[in-house]
Amino acid sequence: MESGLSFNLVPWVVFLPLIGLGINLLVGRKFGERFAGITASLAVGLAFVVSVFLAVALAGHPEGVTVPLVDWITIGSLTVRWAFRVDTLSVVMMLVVSGVGTLIHVYSIGYMHNDVRHNGDEGRFTRFFIFMNLFIAAMMILVSADNFLMMFVGWEGVGLCSYLLIGFWFEKGKDGIGNANAAKKAFITNRIGDFGLLIAMFLIFVNFGTFQFDEVFSQAAAVAAAKPGVMLLITLFMLLGVTGKSAQLPLYVWLPDAMAGPTPVSALIHAATMVTAGVYLVARSSAFYALVPVAQTVVMWVGAATALFAATIAVGQYDIKKVLAYSTISQLGFMVAAVGMGTTVAGMFHLVTHAFFKGLLFLSAGSVIQGVERGMGHHSHGDVDPQDMRQMGGLRKRMPVTFWAYLAGALALSGIAPLAGFFSKDEILASAWHVHPAAFIVLAVAAFLTAFYMGRQLMMVFFGEPRSEAAQKASESSRVVTTPLIVLAVLSVLGGALNLPGLHTLEHWLAHTLGEGNPAQFLWSVAGTSLALALLGISLGWLIYSKKSDGPYVDPLKKALGPLFTGMENKWWVDEIYAVIVLNPYKAFAQFMAEPVDLGLIDRIGGGLAAGTRVLAEGLRKTENGYIRSYGLWMLLGLVAIMTWLFLR
Amino acid sequence: MIPIVYPLSLAVVMFCVGIVGFLLRKNAIVIFMCLELMFNAANLAFITFANHFQLIDGQVIVIFIMTVAAAEVAVGLALMVAIFRTKHTVDIDQLNSLKG
Repeated sequence: MESGLSFNLVPWVVFLPLIGLGINLLVGRKFGERFAGITASLAVGLAFVVSVFLAVALAGHPEGVTVPLVDWITIGSLTVRWAFRVDTLSVVMMLVVSGVGTLIHVYSIGYMHNDVRHNGDEGRFTRFFIFMNLFIAAMMILVSADNFLMMFVGWEGVGLCSYLLIGFWFEKGKDGIGNANAAKKAFITNRIGDFGLLIAMFLIFVNFGTFQFDEVFSQAAAVAAAKPGVMLLITLFMLLGVTGKSAQLPLYVWLPDAMAGPTPVSALIHAATMVTAGVYLVARSSAFYALVPVAQTVVMWVGAATALFAATIAVGQYDIKKVLAYSTISQLGFMVAAVGMGTTVAGMFHLVTHAFFKGLLFLSAGSVIQGVERGMGHHSHGDVDPQDMRQMGGLRKRMPVTFWAYLAGALALSGIAPLAGFFSKDEILASAWHVHPAAFIVLAVAAFLTAFYMGRQLMMVFFGEPRSEAAQKASESSRVVTTPLIVLAVLSVLGGALNLPGLHTLEHWLAHTLGEGNPAQFLWSVAGTSLALALLGISLGWLIYSKKSDGPYVDPLKKALGPLFTGMENKWWVDEIYAVIVLNPYKAFAQFMAEPVDLGLIDRIGGGLAAGTRVLAEGLRKTENGYIRSYGLWMLLGLVAIMTWLFLR
Repeated sequence: MIPIVYPLSLAVVMFCVGIVGFLLRKNAIVIFMCLELMFNAANLAFITFANHFQLIDGQVIVIFIMTVAAAEVAVGLALMVAIFRTKHTVDIDQLNSLKG
């Protein structure tokens, strides 16, 4: 069986990035930037090649295999293996992670070359690629795991890498601690979600006695029949994990702050891959969710609400990356809503196309930022924020490649036919139309807003007149930066071909793993509506923001919408509300535990014991007077006492 | 056969002399001798009872004690010499460097 050989390659998707990491760790700094960048890119590129081999092998044996590597934990009846699951779902994820990952690695060679110089520490170039490779390895563990525990290792691993990379310039940011705080916020918020996932895993272990995916899911129906409450708990706690990792309401707040990381990180981790882990988890556990309609409804509404909520905030942002960050949250909401409606394939489809066009958008945004930074020159640091769209404008002529790439990404994201985003978003909207008309309306509004804020962004960044000197002097990025943009732009345009209505390639491919679903019907009415909404949104954005303004830039919507826009601008004060509701009470509680309880009570117990011992010792010291004869006398008295006792007892 | 009370009385007197000497004298050598006196008081009591009850154990213990005492004297006197060399005195009241 020649495909068996290919299947056995699967551990290499994890090993290759680890080898790249090891090489860079040992000698990366010695051989310079080019070597480090190429090594890291090659490691991920080879992982992509392996993924392609796996996909080819799967085409012949679509039922998939599990490739065990070692036994990890054996305690009593529990055996957890370190085993790789190769099936259609995991391979799709592997292809996306390593494929988009490779492009972003290549892009990073050019981007980080400038970034480390702009931030004034060239030594960090190698470190960046070490973290990136570590991330790819962790993500591969996550998607290729064949049990919940191994998946959790990857889950935590990507969280760690996310933390490390958000805080890559840990000494920069607001007050010199802003980036570090953003990293901390991401990590801690994710921990809250991880807590939910852990509880779900404990419940799975208690009720199923195993962590293995296939065993767990084959027992799911029986357990659901016997203990419906337990299943509900498992799915809901799992959802908490999903909201943490995939940045859904109410735990999405970390993702906008995560933009503190270098832009390739935002593209790879906070748009294309890591944040989709939650969607992947629900897709992987779709056997669970199918059994608990209540949980499905909750998941769907969380997704739909997030999609709309984040889209409104994206409209009011001025930071080019923040717009994309909220857009990511919104699109993740679409995916979560899709998997919540039981149309897992639609969610996965959108995940793949979103990886293309959101990766593209972020990378292009990075190119724009560096173009503006170049325009700023080296003398005017600090007074211009190179990410502020109010300072941009007219970049279309100065950065043509970036502009066309951005345009492709933006149109794909807005859902303009026949680009990738149209098909995937339409599939979600069509299934929402069937399952939940109310959710359809919410998602349709979110889709309209998506198109609107993308139109706004395009106008503000690329059209009109330059609004700052930096934008006027901006220049196009180097080829190593633009080439990945072009590749991703092509993918964003053609990505819809993966699952064309009528053909359903991805649907059939994933059916081997997820079970035969009913492919969402292509409805002309829905498709027409979504396309009309997208066109309307983008042209509205176009119209409103094409107006010339003189003097300091004021958003045209500010006048029209008034307080509503202020809310969007300020992210509906969610961070402030969390601060009042959660953070401040928690800090007060921590303060209480620290000062009255720890310092006052616990330390006083310890201190009291020490002081008591000291007083006792001071007293006893008097008896140690240094005269042998007094010791002798005490011995004698003791002897007499013992003798007396012996005689008289 | 002398009555058992005589050697025992002698042992008690020796022991008391030893204790009093140990408690009252300052010279380390003398204190040492007092210790020996107490040892031998105990030895005397042991062999007295051994003879009285016609048991060999008491005599065995005495041999043990004498052996140990010999070793102890050797060590003790060596210590005295060493102390005298450093402190130029064997006055036990002066030797209180470890006093807290």
